[in-house]
Amino acid sequence: MTSKPRDAATATSPLGLLLITGAVATVGLLIVAPLASVFVDAFSNGPRAWWEALAHDPDTRHAIWLSLTVAPIAVLINTIFGVAAAWLVARFRFPGRSLLVSLFDVPFSVSPVVAGLALVLIFGRQGLLGPTLAWLAVKVIFAWPGLVLATTFVTLPLVVRELIPVMEAIGPEEEMAAVSLGANGWQVFWRVTLPNIRWALLHGVVLANARAMGEFGAVYVVSGHIAGATDTMPLRVEKLFQEYRTPASMAVASVLAALALLTLVAKVFIERQLETESKELEAARAPGADTDPTTGGLGP
Amino acid sequence: MNKNPPTSIPTRRARQRTVLPGFGLSAAITSLMIVGLVVIPLAVLILRAASLGPAGFLAAAWTPRARAAYAVSLGASLAAAIISSLLGLLVAWVLVRLEFPGRRILDALVDVPLALPTAVAGLVYSTLYVEKGWLGQILVPVGIKGAYSRLGIVLVLVFVSLPFAIRVVQPVIESLDKDTEEAARLLGASKAQTFLRVVLPGILPAVVTGFALALARALGEYGSVVFISGNMPFKTEIAPVLIVSRLEEFAYAEATAIAVVLLGMSLSMLIVVNVLQQRLARNAQ
Repeated sequence: MTSKPRDAATATSPLGLLLITGAVATVGLLIVAPLASVFVDAFSNGPRAWWEALAHDPDTRHAIWLSLTVAPIAVLINTIFGVAAAWLVARFRFPGRSLLVSLFDVPFSVSPVVAGLALVLIFGRQGLLGPTLAWLAVKVIFAWPGLVLATTFVTLPLVVRELIPVMEAIGPEEEMAAVSLGANGWQVFWRVTLPNIRWALLHGVVLANARAMGEFGAVYVVSGHIAGATDTMPLRVEKLFQEYRTPASMAVASVLAALALLTLVAKVFIERQLETESKELEAARAPGADTDPTTGGLGP
Repeated sequence: MNKNPPTSIPTRRARQRTVLPGFGLSAAITSLMIVGLVVIPLAVLILRAASLGPAGFLAAAWTPRARAAYAVSLGASLAAAIISSLLGLLVAWVLVRLEFPGRRILDALVDVPLALPTAVAGLVYSTLYVEKGWLGQILVPVGIKGAYSRLGIVLVLVFVSLPFAIRVVQPVIESLDKDTEEAARLLGASKAQTFLRVVLPGILPAVVTGFALALARALGEYGSVVFISGNMPFKTEIAPVLIVSRLEEFAYAEATAIAVVLLGMSLSMLIVVNVLQQRLARNAQ
């Protein structure tokens, strides 16, 4: 996301200083101040009170455990989906391909509340599959399978969107070479494709995990927010807030915020790796270094 | 050229047939997920609303309280998207064009709203802007109420939508040809003229795309708003909050009808974004 700035000169000019002040104030007021105040408020009664709010409340403990279960399952499902969908879209041409790619983005533009409601209409007691599920004695809505479904829905585009551009940039040559040398599909995937896309995949997984841990709207609708049963960490934050237990709510929020910061550090690190790899790819493709006839001599 | 999806990098290899394996398996997994999780649920939602009939749908989706909620949702989202686009342009410009200590940290901080759970954002914003909060103790005495007000809704929506506005514009500013700007300055254009006549036309499509993305994100937002808005019907109740409260009253028909209206708004935003991105990709080539 970063590149070398091309004119450092104006940074010291009055206009440059004014612009920098504006940008820093924007990020400071809108982003840094709220983030800082989470930690200040969470620890305002000392680390002991913070720890007790987290560890001594069985409902909060259960919420942490539930979040740590639901999010990885949803991320795992989306990793499998993301790899399969990226392989399909980046390696094959077929009718309906561009329609499919636009469908990948739908969960981003649907309100999470609407997504949750749609799941209730299918799996809820009065939903389409309600009688069948009741007969099977399987509970989806107001239970953890519903939480997994809702979380999977909202994080659906994250992995696949990271993989498609990277796989298209790399191209299928190496994989086709592997196939022509006699490798089977899984060997191609594990030995050629996965090493090439690992950083992009990790990037998608980290982003999907952050979104999965923090999802609120979709999960709120399908969970029935039963304390100690279907409350995830973000739902617990809201419940404690509604019960006027703001310090405890802030304690849970601080754990989520710390996780978000960790995500960002990982993201910056992964992006640096991605940048290095795409530069290496460019160098390998440069005229003279490669015999690819489509890029040689056709500079932009 | 138009067949390239917005997320893809155009390749010159138009391959119809390939020796690569895995088409069947990857197609099966992809369609299972997309059909099962996206197409069927949304189709069921729309069919449920359609089964109400035109009169029933209107009676459920077009009540005075629902109309007020759409108005609050649209108004707050539009305001937030405009603010995000302007601030986003400023931040993106500074990140690309100016070198100063802490630039990389600022660049990383821009992504905080993407990683921070919206419930945390809502909780923190509401505590910051109440009378006793860090910012509220300055702002409330001068009459600016940032919590339990429409302003509060706009504030959190700016927070959640700002990264979209920045990250769409940033690469486009990076790709701008600086020689044209220098030429304009050498030919006697002022800084303002150069920006308005040379720079702005180049980045405007990206700014508009960022605006549409920010608007789409803001329209559907629930988690952060529910903390700060106070959720008063006719005043600070947004459409997603109304859906949830109808659902909690087991008024499924009404919740579904309102959800379909909201879905229509979001999907039309998605189409606008797709068209804009295609135009953007064409211009860049």
